[in-house]
Amino acid sequence: MSETIMLLCAIAGTYLWRALGVAFSARIEPDGALFRWVSCVSYAMLAALISRMTVLPLGSLAETPMSFRLGAMAVAIAVFLLARRGMFSGVIAGVGTFIALVAFA
Amino acid sequence: MGQPNHPPGGRMTARAVVRLGLRRGVGLPSVIVMTSMMGFGSLAADGGISFLTALSASALVWGLPGQVAMAELWAAGANLLTVVLAASLANARFMPMAMSLFPLMRGGTRHRGAPYLLVQLLSVNTWAACQEIFPAIPLHLRVVYYTAFASTILVAGQIGTGLGFFAVAFLPKPVTLGLIFLNPCYFALLFAGTRVRPYVAALLLGAFFGPIIYALAPEWSLLLTGFVAGSAAFFFFDVRPTSVSNAESK
Repeated sequence: MSETIMLLCAIAGTYLWRALGVAFSARIEPDGALFRWVSCVSYAMLAALISRMTVLPLGSLAETPMSFRLGAMAVAIAVFLLARRGMFSGVIAGVGTFIALVAFA
Repeated sequence: MGQPNHPPGGRMTARAVVRLGLRRGVGLPSVIVMTSMMGFGSLAADGGISFLTALSASALVWGLPGQVAMAELWAAGANLLTVVLAASLANARFMPMAMSLFPLMRGGTRHRGAPYLLVQLLSVNTWAACQEIFPAIPLHLRVVYYTAFASTILVAGQIGTGLGFFAVAFLPKPVTLGLIFLNPCYFALLFAGTRVRPYVAALLLGAFFGPIIYALAPEWSLLLTGFVAGSAAFFFFDVRPTSVSNAESK
């Protein structure tokens, strides 16, 4: 029961942001300065989130050494760039490195 | 065939756009979302969350960082308010993401309320995919692409959550951890190819200050970092268009 309430609250708590975004977007012109500012905020938030998930993760990932996470991320980006923006190669290399480090190091 | 080499407003049909959205969605994005959601599914199973709740979370919260926060804190026995606040704030990015995507899809829906329904499908993958392809798609068909692409990966997310939930018993620990690591890793690569100067600045500033601000104010850090780093990137690196046609309002 309480699990269902928690879920419904989490759904509502996430939807709130989505709905606010749509409500505000009505006043934004796609070729205006406001649009570029909001885009900058989006990129900054996404980067902050990715960086936080890597450097200071929650839960089980936090038990792995930070060097593993940062090292694997560096491998992923290096392979991505070397493979001319090969998304698939980058992800496989990064996650593979991470799993290998956790399993054998 | 079907490549987006038509000029905007050209003879692209709705059917062609649906096909394009489905095909783009079915490839790597679906595989990634499926495996990331396997990570969530296994986390949920581990934390004693029921199968139905896990599936519903993937379909209706539809924001992995919020779902992970929810599963982890719930398993740790945190109280309801803490769990919900953390889940909600971890997904606060949807506000600026909607604000920077929906103006690009104007005119595609007849009903005024439709965007409030469509926004439920929004995720990082769809946002990035749409930002990339929208210039090649006529204005009134963009919402069609958005819906086709987003629906595809939503289905992939459901499959992944289900697989992860039951596979957790058979997966070795390093693999489960790898599945959870896959999400930030993929997101990082999704943006590693960004070339627009103010956006590159926003990404770098956000990545640098994100964890620092998180250490000071964990709950509000994403909103705070997004606002501060995003504004700094905009004010210091945005190049104002000089042409008169781009006259800025507001």
